[in-house]
Amino acid sequence: MNFETTIGLEVHVELKTNSKIFSPSPVEFGDDPNSNTNVIDWGYPGVLPSTNKGVVESGIKAALALHADIERHPHFDRKNYFYPDNPKAYQITESETPLGHDGWVEIDVDGKKKKIGIAEMHIEEDAGKNTHGDGYSYVDLNRQGTPLVEIVSKPDIASPDEAYAYLEELRQQIQFTGISDVKMEEGSMRVDVNISIRPVGQKEYGVKTELKNLNSFNYVRKGLAYEEQRQQRVLMSGGTIRQETRRFDETTGQTILMRVKEGSDDYRYFPEPDLPVLDISQDWIDSINSEMPEAPGKRRDRYVNELGITDYDAMVLTQTKEMSDFYDQMIAQGADAKLAANYLQGDVNAYLNDNQVDLQNTDITPEHLATMVKLITDGTISSKMAKKVFKAVTQGKEPKQFVEEKGMVQLSDPAKLQPIVDEVVAANPQSVEDFHNGKDRAIGFLVGQIMKQTQGKANPQVVNKLLVDTMNK
Amino acid sequence: MSEQISEDQVKHVAELAKLKIDDDQLPYFTTQLDKIIGLFETLSEVDTDGVEPTSSVTDQLNTMREDVADNWNQREELLANAPDAEKGYIKVPSIIDESGDNE
Repeated sequence: MNFETTIGLEVHVELKTNSKIFSPSPVEFGDDPNSNTNVIDWGYPGVLPSTNKGVVESGIKAALALHADIERHPHFDRKNYFYPDNPKAYQITESETPLGHDGWVEIDVDGKKKKIGIAEMHIEEDAGKNTHGDGYSYVDLNRQGTPLVEIVSKPDIASPDEAYAYLEELRQQIQFTGISDVKMEEGSMRVDVNISIRPVGQKEYGVKTELKNLNSFNYVRKGLAYEEQRQQRVLMSGGTIRQETRRFDETTGQTILMRVKEGSDDYRYFPEPDLPVLDISQDWIDSINSEMPEAPGKRRDRYVNELGITDYDAMVLTQTKEMSDFYDQMIAQGADAKLAANYLQGDVNAYLNDNQVDLQNTDITPEHLATMVKLITDGTISSKMAKKVFKAVTQGKEPKQFVEEKGMVQLSDPAKLQPIVDEVVAANPQSVEDFHNGKDRAIGFLVGQIMKQTQGKANPQVVNKLLVDTMNK
Repeated sequence: MSEQISEDQVKHVAELAKLKIDDDQLPYFTTQLDKIIGLFETLSEVDTDGVEPTSSVTDQLNTMREDVADNWNQREELLANAPDAEKGYIKVPSIIDESGDNE
């Protein structure tokens, strides 16, 4: 029997606003527990929440980036549940009138392009955080009220690889709007996953299971792949899939039963009476749209069509907005497009990986790196010398000054190089004879000798040309 | 026994509200809730054809706050009102972590 897979993803993105969604408490991470909370966050009786305009704006940005239709008269709803991380006993969310609906992103899996629909996306508040120990639980409400955008996919995702590509695309689109860091490892992007399979041709969807503890895109893909296989095994052996929540085990790569779901959730949603209804005007949307940073797809097109770099290079450079902005600034400084792309992907990325640091938190500036690239392009330094210069750039040093201080300037003047060439040619008659007998390797040896004499400063291209000319005289 | 609400529904609602109701108390609450729902049924006599559903009763529209952080520094007072606190945390009886379920 052949099966087809249907995957649903609910993605929560934490917004980088100054204050919480319904109270002016600061949104900061790592502060002392409960230090960023007030009576509103604690859900005290008689308090009145107020909607943060910045959150609505961020939500509109997300909707624009995900090509979603924007709800012009959204209101908030209460989702009722009891849990100690939420002292109000309800979460304020948008159930009836999500801020955005019917959006899409385009994914590319092995060169095959596919549009994945987004059913809806809404703004809501996050809950607090519980920790457990010595027979008690401890509640920190700093995160309570942190703004979130929740993005719910349509049942278009048909494989774990597509799920991975969707998450990557979503992360990129959101990251370029600047509304969130979208980092799973830091909890500013969280993913809930469900998956079902059905025999090919069957109309109804199969029973779906939910997966928890998927803390990276890779785990999402692995967990889904395992679950896809597990459900197939169950159905092939005549069993039935139960509606259950399963936990992904990072060490074994398997999913383990957490609990079986009985009945459906009953959150008794109703309109939030404490918050006024919103009226989102076209003018407001237009002004937000005009301030949106250029989307990653547009940047890729520009890089390929206007700057002439490869599709692959353009893809790598648009992984993060920081990298892409950095590249744009280098180009604005007059750096060669291809060489700038090479350095960002090569030396810069290696440096970031080695030091586990983000580009914006280094001492490397677009001005310095662009200057270095220009020094290479105009022949002042060789790419070999550039290794040392790059190290200086990572330490925040100005490359031109560094090169002058270290006397690293490449020797390109033929008048200065000719005597050294003559000397080396005279001292190595055997190599000269080998060269005339067609042994190409001989010239490499001679270039090496000249490099040695000039402490590596000679411009290899100029040396090559002078050598050949001299020996052919 | 009742028309508007069944004992099973009352049991379900009690569970959602985390209220403990003994089986012998069920008829009592069911009758009461039945009467309350009956009162609300009066509302259905109003003709609401063509009336937009109300989601807010204030006249306010687009009342929003600028995104400016303001820490009211109420932690100590809030924690003093909590049944128990330790090291800045609210201390509660041990709970099984189901976080992620309630988002």
